Amino acid sequence: MRRFLVTAVLPLALVAGGCGGVGASGADAPNTLVTMGFGLPDEHATARLAVFRAAEPGVDLRINEGAFDEQQFLSSVAAGDPPDLVYAERRKLGSYAARGAVLGLADCVRRHGVDLGQFRDAALRQVTHRGEVHGLPDFANVRLLIVNNPVVRAAGLDPARLSTADWPGLAELTDRLARLDGDRPTRLGFDPKVPEFLPMWAKANGADLVSDDGLAARLDDPRVVEAVRVTADLVRRQGGWASFKAFRDTFDQFGAGNAYATGQLAVMPMESWYLNTLAANSPDVDVTVAPFTDRAGVPLTESGGQAWAIPKGARHPDLACRFLVTMTAADTWVAAATARRDALARAGKPYGGTFTANRVADERIFREVFDPRGNRVLERAVPQVLALQDKAFAVAPSPAASELVRAWEGGVNRVLTGRQQPEEAMAQAQREAERALKRVGGR
Amino acid sequence: MTTVSRRESRAGWLFLLPWVVGFLAFTAGPMLFSAWLSLTRYDMLKPPAFVGLENYREALVDEQVRTALWNTLVFTALHVPAQIGPALALAGLLRRAGRTAGFFRTVLYLPVMTPPVALAAMFLLLLNGQHGAINELLGWFGFTGPNWTTDPAWIKPGLVLMSLWTVGSTAVLYLAALTRVPVEQYEAARLDGASPWRQFWHVTLPGISGTVYFTVVVNTIASLQVFTEAYTIFYGARAKQSSDGDAALFYVIHLFREAFESLRMGYASALAWGLFVVIAIITAVQVRLSRRYVHYEGERS
Repeated sequence: MRRFLVTAVLPLALVAGGCGGVGASGADAPNTLVTMGFGLPDEHATARLAVFRAAEPGVDLRINEGAFDEQQFLSSVAAGDPPDLVYAERRKLGSYAARGAVLGLADCVRRHGVDLGQFRDAALRQVTHRGEVHGLPDFANVRLLIVNNPVVRAAGLDPARLSTADWPGLAELTDRLARLDGDRPTRLGFDPKVPEFLPMWAKANGADLVSDDGLAARLDDPRVVEAVRVTADLVRRQGGWASFKAFRDTFDQFGAGNAYATGQLAVMPMESWYLNTLAANSPDVDVTVAPFTDRAGVPLTESGGQAWAIPKGARHPDLACRFLVTMTAADTWVAAATARRDALARAGKPYGGTFTANRVADERIFREVFDPRGNRVLERAVPQVLALQDKAFAVAPSPAASELVRAWEGGVNRVLTGRQQPEEAMAQAQREAERALKRVGGR
Repeated sequence: MTTVSRRESRAGWLFLLPWVVGFLAFTAGPMLFSAWLSLTRYDMLKPPAFVGLENYREALVDEQVRTALWNTLVFTALHVPAQIGPALALAGLLRRAGRTAGFFRTVLYLPVMTPPVALAAMFLLLLNGQHGAINELLGWFGFTGPNWTTDPAWIKPGLVLMSLWTVGSTAVLYLAALTRVPVEQYEAARLDGASPWRQFWHVTLPGISGTVYFTVVVNTIASLQVFTEAYTIFYGARAKQSSDGDAALFYVIHLFREAFESLRMGYASALAWGLFVVIAIITAVQVRLSRRYVHYEGERS
């Protein structure tokens, strides 16, 4: 009987006692700092961590590498066991701020004398809720046009004169640049990048998808509907969505055989980080980088990137505050940029700069560290990116951000796949968005 | 009850205790909690608020739920026969493989070990409508393949095609079942002049009907819960989000997005219980039909 007892009860005792991997992780020790969503892919990460470690040698810093996982993050907050810091897309963090999942940083920035004015307006806007900043912006991307010069010239057009101002003209431009084999594209003439870039197309037509307070959607605004119709028509002219996307899915986006190098693509609006990818993988590619413009020809771009925030219930908010202030400081960025440049130089590669949401950091990086080593892509593109950084807008943070994105992307996709007309699709998207905003408490 | 049997009973329960505790803590407990959550509004950030049957009422009129349920039922209707037919054919071939059957059985089962996410990533390339290997293969035979991953009409068939990668697990079960069909029955059938087709229909199929029934039930339940591969291909990456025109919006994907994108844990719990009911009804129908069509060895006719 005793043997029975030992055999049956011992495993339970072990599990209950924590031998099964359950129990205190040490994360609540006073000098421990746990992050989530931050990886260590290059010197931008490692050099900045080194700066923090040098400043705070007594801190046991635990970087849980890997992409930000919404499920993991929310579960940890709900369980009262969140990380000390979370690193995620600003759009997501803005939504969490509106829902009360991350802490306001007013005290934090005041205590450390952080000048919020050094951060770019759009980036800061994305993590500001009810006038209080809830995250410190990190990297900053903008969106611009990348034009494949040889392809455009071969069509008898001047790459420098291409513009997104003339919407009727875009259809003609697309027809001239695209190549089709039956209904299958062999070259995309103009990729409007919808549904992802719908906010920018709508803005170019004078419309915001979300109100300034983040509590109202305007997806059925006639100007939004027009943007959907025009961009979907560009796709239709190039074989229709199924063929268009199947062809786009074959692009070797991160290789030497990318769509610009192989001539599979003529013109596309794209995030600025892609310029570094092009420069590294196909340094001889001949491209023109131009701003995306509204219909009056005024340059326009949307801001993207990540931010650091402190989750509600974090064990070490003061230490976390010191960490995010250090990570986003201009000096830290310059140290990271320098380390990145030196590492690339050792590999014989150019350094195309680091685009941050910190204006002061960028000024110093591009004055002191930038080293394109004669790379044509970078030399042409970087001034354009820098000029655009302060022209960026951001979709207002909303407690229902994910659902709003899902609603408008779903609407555009129903048009792209031919299931609905633009008016009908965006009316449905608006209804979905309104429902989401109404029940924003989450049911 | 004697002292000995009482003692044995106690010992039995003690041995069962780890499982019982595990079941209560990790299965029954979460299920009960989910049932409670389905009656609440809960976003994981504020305490749950009781809303009665509101979530269920909403699920009944939710257009997305209807789409997701329809997609899931269509996928199930295509996927289950697509698993069983080829698996049966492969098992039949394996049965003739003689001494090499062990080797081929292993080869056939190996793909089942592929992680679903890796499988999805691989098939995203293979199924590409422009330069995918599957369409290249069809091209050799003079067919123009469809856009499996981008044309809403072909997305579900594409996913069914992808699911054939793991047909080995069902084939191995059928092989085991086929080897248990008494050889004498085939001999008797041949003596009676039965053709191979009639032998299959009247000897093989009744002989393995228990296994067929088992695989139909298990595959049906798995199909109704389809998630990983479809989510990886169509919803996992930001660039791919909802590019399927809702053709790959399966029930569990919708449930997952409601839970972790919209933070509607209460509603997602109600959706989960809705799926439980759907699966229970379909399984009950299958159990009912099995009484007529399934024969077990040693069973009285």
